[in-house]
Amino acid sequence: MSDIASGLADPAHDSQRLFRAVLEAFSHPGRIVTLPDPPPAASPLSRAATAFLLTLVDRDTPLWLAPALDTPAVCDFTRFHTGAPIARQPADALFAVLTPGQSGEGGTPPIDSFPIGTDPYPDRSATLVFELPSLVGGPERRWRGPGIAARQSVCLSGLADSFWTQWAANRALFPCGVDLVFAAGSDLLALPRSIAVET
Amino acid sequence: MSATTSPAAAQTQRQRWLSILSKAPAGRLEVLWRELGETPDYTLLRRPEIGLVMVQGRISGSGAPFSAGEMTVTRAAVRLDGGQVGVGYVGGRQPRQAELVALIDALSHLPNWRQPIEDRIVAPLVEEAETRRRQRLAKAAATKVDFFTVAREAGT
Repeated sequence: MSDIASGLADPAHDSQRLFRAVLEAFSHPGRIVTLPDPPPAASPLSRAATAFLLTLVDRDTPLWLAPALDTPAVCDFTRFHTGAPIARQPADALFAVLTPGQSGEGGTPPIDSFPIGTDPYPDRSATLVFELPSLVGGPERRWRGPGIAARQSVCLSGLADSFWTQWAANRALFPCGVDLVFAAGSDLLALPRSIAVET
Repeated sequence: MSATTSPAAAQTQRQRWLSILSKAPAGRLEVLWRELGETPDYTLLRRPEIGLVMVQGRISGSGAPFSAGEMTVTRAAVRLDGGQVGVGYVGGRQPRQAELVALIDALSHLPNWRQPIEDRIVAPLVEEAETRRRQRLAKAAATKVDFFTVAREAGT
């Protein structure tokens, strides 16, 4: 317990401020939102993912961590600052932090292994945070859906083509399905389940 | 208190310190802390926050637990620049005291601070608490009434 990163300096106001930024990202899918004055990163998490967890995760929301991020330091950090239980199975989690990469044993589980909610309660689904190397510079994709005027072009880097096949399947589950957040540095960008991605 | 105390002994000592510190009068703790002189720099890991905890009790010590009521508690956590973490929980609304308790708890991880804190903060507080306890006992003892018609079960 000796190297816990400090959390939000002013938990009430800072989390409100950060929540507003996350809301902005979800209302404008594909728009890169730079978090205002985010807390220091709990390595190996990015600053944006750290801020997201401190803002939205609490003792009622089990958190699943990708094997690469499931370190004692991150577990201690989330336990101390948020009180969130660490989920052992993706199916038990309401929030998750993932790293893009090979799926399968020890790798990133497919996004459909997380709760997608039910038709009467689509809100009982998971929100997944993907740690990416960068939110720009990757292959261009065009997003359309609520919150986007016509088309929004997004160039996420570090995602495999197979990921977008998974996303199309997730989109077909509407109103069920998971919501995604992509984080890099202090920036984040949201991909709610209502958005269609042209491949 | 040597630097090579066993984990169990260290835990017992930590429990004793935290118990004494959290029950000490806030103002008195502040005075003793200032008299300690120069102390390491620290950052607040969790700044003092006030909340409620449910206090549980047991009837006659063996019955089922029941909720006795809620009490106000202030908690804080600090980290010294060397990385040592300390926590403080204090009854009532006492932000400054919770911070000081957490700070002293963090210092207890440093061997060269244990003896000065024991001698200059904990020992005086123990003595003062004992004095207060004796005064309270003496005050209560003065109100003792002997009912001659009721047989005492033990003692006089």
